[in-house]
Amino acid sequence: MKLIDEKKVTSGMKGRIFRNSLFKNIFLLATLLCLLFLIVLFWRILSQGLAYLDWQFLNSLPSRKPEKAGIYTALNGTLWMMAVVVPVTMILGIGTAIYLEEYAKKNKFTTFIQVNISNLAGVPSVVYGLLGLTIFVRALNLGTSVLAAGLTMSLLILPVVIVSAQEAIRAVPNSLREASYGMGATKWQTILNVVLPAALPGILTGTILALSRAIGETAPLVVLGIPLYLAFLPTSFLDEFTALPMQIYNWTSRPQAEFQNLAAAGIIVLLAILIIMNSVAILIRNKFQKKY
Amino acid sequence: MAMTAKKERERATDIQEKKTKNIVYKTKELNLWYGEKHALKNINLDIAENEITAIIGPSGCGKSTYIKTLNRMVDLVPGVKTSGEILYRGRNIFDKDYEVEELRTRVGMVFQNPNPFPKSIYDNVAYGPRIHGIRDKKILDQIVEKSLRGAAIWDEVKDRLHDNAYGLSGGQQQRLCIARCLAIEPDVILMDEPTSALDPISTLKIEELVQELKNEFSIIIVTHNMQQAARISDKTAFFLNGEVIEFDDTDKIFSTPSDQRTEDYITGRFG
Repeated sequence: MKLIDEKKVTSGMKGRIFRNSLFKNIFLLATLLCLLFLIVLFWRILSQGLAYLDWQFLNSLPSRKPEKAGIYTALNGTLWMMAVVVPVTMILGIGTAIYLEEYAKKNKFTTFIQVNISNLAGVPSVVYGLLGLTIFVRALNLGTSVLAAGLTMSLLILPVVIVSAQEAIRAVPNSLREASYGMGATKWQTILNVVLPAALPGILTGTILALSRAIGETAPLVVLGIPLYLAFLPTSFLDEFTALPMQIYNWTSRPQAEFQNLAAAGIIVLLAILIIMNSVAILIRNKFQKKY
Repeated sequence: MAMTAKKERERATDIQEKKTKNIVYKTKELNLWYGEKHALKNINLDIAENEITAIIGPSGCGKSTYIKTLNRMVDLVPGVKTSGEILYRGRNIFDKDYEVEELRTRVGMVFQNPNPFPKSIYDNVAYGPRIHGIRDKKILDQIVEKSLRGAAIWDEVKDRLHDNAYGLSGGQQQRLCIARCLAIEPDVILMDEPTSALDPISTLKIEELVQELKNEFSIIIVTHNMQQAARISDKTAFFLNGEVIEFDDTDKIFSTPSDQRTEDYITGRFG
């Protein structure tokens, strides 16, 4: 005697196939909706700002007259800030990830650290602004300098860098480590010659994505008190500066329509930098992607 | 064909054995625990120079653990405790001042699954010498060729030394791993089920290779394939539940074992 009633199977078939295509379409709709918002955003920004985007815009100081205003100080300030953020996050982030994955013993203490790093990745950026204000701007008396802002941004993205680097390191198969140890390699030789080369694409992808977040963040800079208007470039890491998101924020808060358009042009520049960085991340990932 | 080769080998072994064999590894009262689990119990084994010693036994009997203890690879497992001694060339490998790096420079290892590095064939073989500080390109070239020849893979890869090792077949990868191991010019080669992931033809090639290597190296091979142990080894140790049940000449183990459990295992009554 058969336990499965064939009629029931046949009658249920239509429903199953319908639900199959129903969910496919729901997911497709969700994707298209996201894409739609993105297109609207791009269209708005481009139609508003593209006319203002020229060489003069990139090379002019900010000004009260919209036709003369540019993002020279802001763009340079952002580059100065990134000159702090890149080395600090790379060294601290990758170093921490290597320590946690390769050296630290798995015990309650390291689990505690691990949980906290993951949690820190979810802390709002304003809170990092307050932290930076308390420690770097006030306690260490760095003022609203490139260094203070760079260190604050580094703290903000460090958890993401650490977690993604850890994942990349963990993805390196243990059999490769064993092969290296089996030939008398020390731990450091194994990390340097086997683990890091294999993990590097993943580490770089995560790091670049985190760095592009640091470029776009505004809230921590506002809390730190980074000036909205600055007519000179920093000459050292202890100088004041202003950054692209600050300049955009400044312009959007002006009532005149011309400044709104300048803000849009600034956003185009910011988006261009972000797209370039993300493309580099994708290129690195594709180029070095390895099967084990 | 195979039988005559085997007989010749036996005669050669007999002649060799007239001289007393040097002992490479002397294991005395070795016990090992993974946390609470008593994985190796009172192991006593002497492993001789220029011989192939096979370790057989059912899954979970401790044969892999034992071979991994010989180069202290087992240290990588958290919560491992040992007691007793393993003397390698007269020196206790558990001594505090015996650096594992020093031991593993003398004792190479080939693993169950081929594990080449995601590098070129050349860089795979040159890896060991390089980490030991050899930088001279000419010497490295010589080591790479000698090792690849030694592992019987030179002719297959000599025209593509700088291609990625992942382009090789599984059997070729395993021979590359053997070449990589030979490149550090070890004294002993440990092999942990080196053919279990390979097809029969690749397995045959590796078995022939192991026979060749015996002239220069002392080889300890873990295998769950009893025919393999019978075909290639001089001595066989039978492990069961963390104990050595019987350790003797391979011929004796497979013809007239002295323990009932050994006989049951090799005749396929369990395991």
